[in-house]
Amino acid sequence: MIHITKRKEMPLWQSLAVRLGAIVIALVVCGFITTITTGLNPIDVYATMIKGAFGTARKTWTLLQELAILLCISVALTPAFRMRFWNLGGEGQILIGCFASAACMILLGDKVPNAVLILIMFVTSVAAGAIWALIPAIFKARWNTNETLFTLMMNYVATQIVAYFVIVWEVPKGSGNIGIINQSTEAGWFPVIGGQKYLLNVVLVAIVTVLMYIYLNYSKQGYEISVVGESTNTARYVGIKVDRVILRTLLISGAICGFAGLLLVAGTNHTLTTTLAGGRGFTAVMVAWLAKFNPLVMIASSFLLVFMDSGAGEISMAFGLNHSFGAILTGIILFFIIGCEFFITYKVNFAKKEGETNA
Amino acid sequence: MRMRGITKEFAGKVVANKDVDLDIYRGEILALLGENGSGKTTLMNMLSGIYFPDSGSIEIDGEPVVISSPKIAYDHGIGMIHQHFKLVNVFTAAENIVLGLVDNRRFDLAAAAAKINEICDAYGFDVDPYQKVYDMSVSQKQTVEIVKLLFRGADILILDEPTAVLTPQETDKLFAVLRNMRDDGKAIIIITHKLHEVLDISDRVAILRKGEHVGDMVTSATTSQEMTNMMVGHQVTLNIDRPEPVNTFERIRVEGLTVVDHEGVVKLDDVSFSMNAGEILGIAGISGCGQKELLEAIAGLQPVQKGSIDYLHRDGRVESLIGKDPLEIAAIGVALSFVPEDRLGMGLVANMDLADNMMLRSFRNGHSVFTDRKAPAHLAEKVVEELEVNTPSIHTAVRRLSGGNVQKVLVGREIASAPRVLLSAYAVRGLDVNSSYLIYDLLNEQKRKGVAVVYVGEDLDVLLELCDRILVLCGGKVSGIVDGRTATKNEVGFMMTKLGGGEA
Repeated sequence: MIHITKRKEMPLWQSLAVRLGAIVIALVVCGFITTITTGLNPIDVYATMIKGAFGTARKTWTLLQELAILLCISVALTPAFRMRFWNLGGEGQILIGCFASAACMILLGDKVPNAVLILIMFVTSVAAGAIWALIPAIFKARWNTNETLFTLMMNYVATQIVAYFVIVWEVPKGSGNIGIINQSTEAGWFPVIGGQKYLLNVVLVAIVTVLMYIYLNYSKQGYEISVVGESTNTARYVGIKVDRVILRTLLISGAICGFAGLLLVAGTNHTLTTTLAGGRGFTAVMVAWLAKFNPLVMIASSFLLVFMDSGAGEISMAFGLNHSFGAILTGIILFFIIGCEFFITYKVNFAKKEGETNA
Repeated sequence: MRMRGITKEFAGKVVANKDVDLDIYRGEILALLGENGSGKTTLMNMLSGIYFPDSGSIEIDGEPVVISSPKIAYDHGIGMIHQHFKLVNVFTAAENIVLGLVDNRRFDLAAAAAKINEICDAYGFDVDPYQKVYDMSVSQKQTVEIVKLLFRGADILILDEPTAVLTPQETDKLFAVLRNMRDDGKAIIIITHKLHEVLDISDRVAILRKGEHVGDMVTSATTSQEMTNMMVGHQVTLNIDRPEPVNTFERIRVEGLTVVDHEGVVKLDDVSFSMNAGEILGIAGISGCGQKELLEAIAGLQPVQKGSIDYLHRDGRVESLIGKDPLEIAAIGVALSFVPEDRLGMGLVANMDLADNMMLRSFRNGHSVFTDRKAPAHLAEKVVEELEVNTPSIHTAVRRLSGGNVQKVLVGREIASAPRVLLSAYAVRGLDVNSSYLIYDLLNEQKRKGVAVVYVGEDLDVLLELCDRILVLCGGKVSGIVDGRTATKNEVGFMMTKLGGGEA
């Protein structure tokens, strides 16, 4: 007979061992599937994935910059999630931040010095993201609307706004594309530091991540967020103004999403399209959950997802496989990683004699 | 039924039950008595199939049985009523009762309802099979739970603190039904902390202490004092202290207070009274007749429609508390320490540890943007030590503590803020005798310090022994204010059910 019972807290090393074990099992299963379906040697496939991620300096830097963007967005969503405010609007908040940056580059590109331009871009994109998150937050605080649906809807609004302005600013006319903005002047582009154009992105995100960790775990506002997330009744009881905490937290969440938009436009892509956020607003939800809302652990979880994605691209090229094959492998690995949480929280007793639990 | 050598350990550390032998006979009501955490509920959970014992054996009618799931317990006729009801709110009584039954015949609610009525008539229950659960009072829900078990043919019934949520009148009704069931040959086990109920209802008492079965007594041959001594393991006094109030003066004056909840129901209607420093004011009333709203209104958590709540400073200044939020109320020098009814839903954060919970009151202190974690940790250690909180460490999440210990943490924190007004609701709900007395002592200590203490309670005996004055609420109105020293239980009981009291 199978008996499922809840565990007492598991020691850290043990839970890490379970997670590591899950990854190993996942890799073995992926290996089997690879051999059965494609006849390839799984070791070769894995080696190719690693080569795809770290094979050259350029590939490594691309991976790092992808990691930085995803991490930035995950960190942005975290304060809202800690408050149990399910901000699924990351996508829209990033996109509106991208839009604000791009608008500044296009409209002010040749009118102000580059440093001033970047500063203006920073302010507008952060403000745009913040406003995009603040709107659902106001409705939540005032009328207790469902934030999940509301933030989701805001994504579509952002996409449509960007779609409209892509046509307004399209170059050349009729192409339906904006192309690279300020290609000749590089106005509004992030400066290249130490010969690495992505280095600034990586450094900025690292700073944001550490600050967020400190903010959430050691500041009074971070404590308020945790209390509101656990129980709004208790929060009111000790005199925390719940509405204000909701607004303030979403302001921060949206602002960092907007900042991620700035990184995408000024640091990486130098253009504006409706798909610039590329679903990262949703992937980041998974990254944040996997890390149990701990910003430092998110470095690992976002690395895992970025690595899997780049590896999937590489094997599809190297072995002529469909790109979906990589997605299948990613899916299998995530299945095991998320699934192992069950075994960390619960204990499965097969024998009849057992029945350990804590109530 | 016979339990032999039952042992149960949790996570290899805590021994909840150790080598317990217990016999239960048909046609008998057995009371199970013990302090918080003495293993009563665990033992019963093993009978009802929720836990599985590490060792030991269970026999029913001489046959050895293995109870490995609640389903198997049902098959053996064992049913348990938990402290928290397990009913589906949007279903009717009948639907809840048949829920989960495996029956090959056609689903027939009408037949079920007829059978329910039959059971009700036989034992004197009062259940409308077609009433929705959300429309029911707590005692009605409990009745549905009992009928559910009988419907399934249970003849060994376990009730875990059934009277904790009932008024004295409802308790009497429940006991009458239990006696009917006993006379019908059923075996009944009742867990309770209230000694007078044990004396009232049970035929035999079994006492657990620290997981061990320390004694069995025939109820008619024992006394409260003897039971308590056995439970605690040493001599204790059962009298609640009531020091004479000294230096009393009016601290809070409430006049014409009217509160209407967001559904438009009048919760408090024209309530006037005053609270004095250095005095314990008891508040009595049937559950849900405005106690919660009254305390919340004073603490600034409940919008007030009409009336005034004034805080009287020693220098004669009068300050209105209405329209102020809890923080402002604290800021103008009024320290309200509020022990809410729902400890974990309001007052504590279940997932945070003891130290972080201590911080709820004090985290704003200081100008730094960062929280100070040292002071709350010290406070947590102090509370754990002084109130004998049973916890592995101050970094254990509050939700892992037992009910009594959670209560101590909350009361300890509220008292630590050195309040001038201490509002407490159901401060001893679910606490064993020893812990309850600890809380009474704490409240008395505050009273001696000149704090105006409010004690909302459900046990009239305690209210009459502890409080200087008792405010009796009835349906949101003040039914009367009586002197705790001279009032009788009957008098207060009548005032609870009828405005102004008097024979109904």
